[in-house]
Amino acid sequence: MAEQLTFSCRSISEGAGRGAALTSQHSLCFAMCDPTTGTVIEKGHSLDCQSVAGRVLVMPSGKGSSVVQADGLYRLIINNVAPAAIVLERPEPVIVSTVIAMEIPLVDEVDPAFYEAVENGDAVMVDATAGTITVTKAGAGAAAPAAPASA
Amino acid sequence: MELTTFEQEMLDGKYGEGMALAMKVQVGTGRAFYAKRMVPITRAHVAASAQQGDIYFVTKLVDAGARCIVPPTTNPSMDLEYVSKHLWAMDQFGIDNVTKSNEAYRRIGAIMTLNCTPELEKNVPAFGEVVAFSESSATPYVNSVLGARSNRESSISALCAAVTGRVPEYGFLLDENRKAEVVVEVEATVEEDFDWHLLGYAYPQVYKGGEVPVFTGITKRATPEGFVQFGAELATSGSVAMYHIAGITPEAPDVETALGGKEPKARVTITQADLERVREQFAGEAGPIEFAMFGCPHLSIRQIGEAAAQINGRRFAVDTWFLVSSLTLELADRMGYLATIRRAGGHVLPDTCMDIPGAWDVYYDRPGVTESQKCAFYCQVYGQRYAVRPFLQGVEAAITGEVH
Repeated sequence: MAEQLTFSCRSISEGAGRGAALTSQHSLCFAMCDPTTGTVIEKGHSLDCQSVAGRVLVMPSGKGSSVVQADGLYRLIINNVAPAAIVLERPEPVIVSTVIAMEIPLVDEVDPAFYEAVENGDAVMVDATAGTITVTKAGAGAAAPAAPASA
Repeated sequence: MELTTFEQEMLDGKYGEGMALAMKVQVGTGRAFYAKRMVPITRAHVAASAQQGDIYFVTKLVDAGARCIVPPTTNPSMDLEYVSKHLWAMDQFGIDNVTKSNEAYRRIGAIMTLNCTPELEKNVPAFGEVVAFSESSATPYVNSVLGARSNRESSISALCAAVTGRVPEYGFLLDENRKAEVVVEVEATVEEDFDWHLLGYAYPQVYKGGEVPVFTGITKRATPEGFVQFGAELATSGSVAMYHIAGITPEAPDVETALGGKEPKARVTITQADLERVREQFAGEAGPIEFAMFGCPHLSIRQIGEAAAQINGRRFAVDTWFLVSSLTLELADRMGYLATIRRAGGHVLPDTCMDIPGAWDVYYDRPGVTESQKCAFYCQVYGQRYAVRPFLQGVEAAITGEVH
């Protein structure tokens, strides 16, 4: 039986999503992702060259000018390479309103123990509506869950 | 968050699905920031940027019946007719995006100003007014220079605010969040417009935090254009949406008042060397240029007049574009500046942004000159290699065909 850990969180954009964890030291502007693959193309970013497609994106906050965040995320969605869910440390107005409008699950105020536990590649289920995050450790023999809605 | 009966009905769909969606975004954002209630706005400024994500959302709202309770002004898009006649035949993708965007914004009830300096003309809030302004260079101006109250809005949240006529009450709408927490000692010369560009870009490089800063040591008030550029660069280099300048901006008669009587979290110093570093970062290569692009944010009639005077009977050596509002174009015509600039081979272009995907492809991967670090930063993705110069030095470069 794989080790499963459940953490509380606060729902900002409702819904549920699951995927492998992708943790970032830096905040991301979705316009800095290749719209066809979801690969981050920002030089010096901790996610540079990694794809957000189907992942549960764990990052500090959002950044970028008032329009490009929405446009960037929209293009990821229409190409089926958007993140499955987003976990933020600090909400920021532009990313919050964008993600609610684009209907991607978004949570914050996660139990601090989550950040100790989660590692890249862990299978993560974010249930924003229920206010829970479940982490299945990658090293514990868990099958990586399929990214929802990926082609 | 507590909603009034009317607001709850909006959210529940009594006034249509479009209104309900706009309210859902607003209420969700308000909850994220622990807003206790919604408050009415008197003005809004939205995007109309012809970008795909923006077109998707405005179309979704308007097709679901949303109409703006507070008609917003809009950011620039593209003057298709002028660009098609004088630059190149844009591809159908670009034409369709601009057309769809304009049509959707007109239908939802926006005022098609197509200009990114609403704080200088057509949508100027007064002290204390609660507004929703999305252009990242306009938000710091209305908060800091005018003393109106806007949060840093996305294109989406500002449009939702225009539709519902309200915003969640949090952030810069509340007195306690408008106080400075960082004191910035400016030990550099800040007098000309271009000094404000440099200071605006330099500050977020020196201090990364998101707290409200109060600048001190500045004795000369910026011109309106200087303040516009200062906000534009603060929002490009960082995401500063509110600042004070001691003795100059209205909520900062002095540093202590700006701080609200509290001790600052941090004190930082900006020196001449910090400004020079920004100047060098954006200096580009000296030598021949192939085009000149001015007006990010849009130029004022004062700047167009100065450009016309700089020409002094000569002609532009390269394609030269001055981006302005439709009002500034009309004034330039009345003042004779338009004739002077056109006779020299330059273009005064209304309603247009230099960052509209698909519009300016002919200059991609080419060297040019601009007065704006913001323009140089965002247009990097197109491979445009800009040398940034003070405005009239840039105009001179466009006349001689090379930057020094």
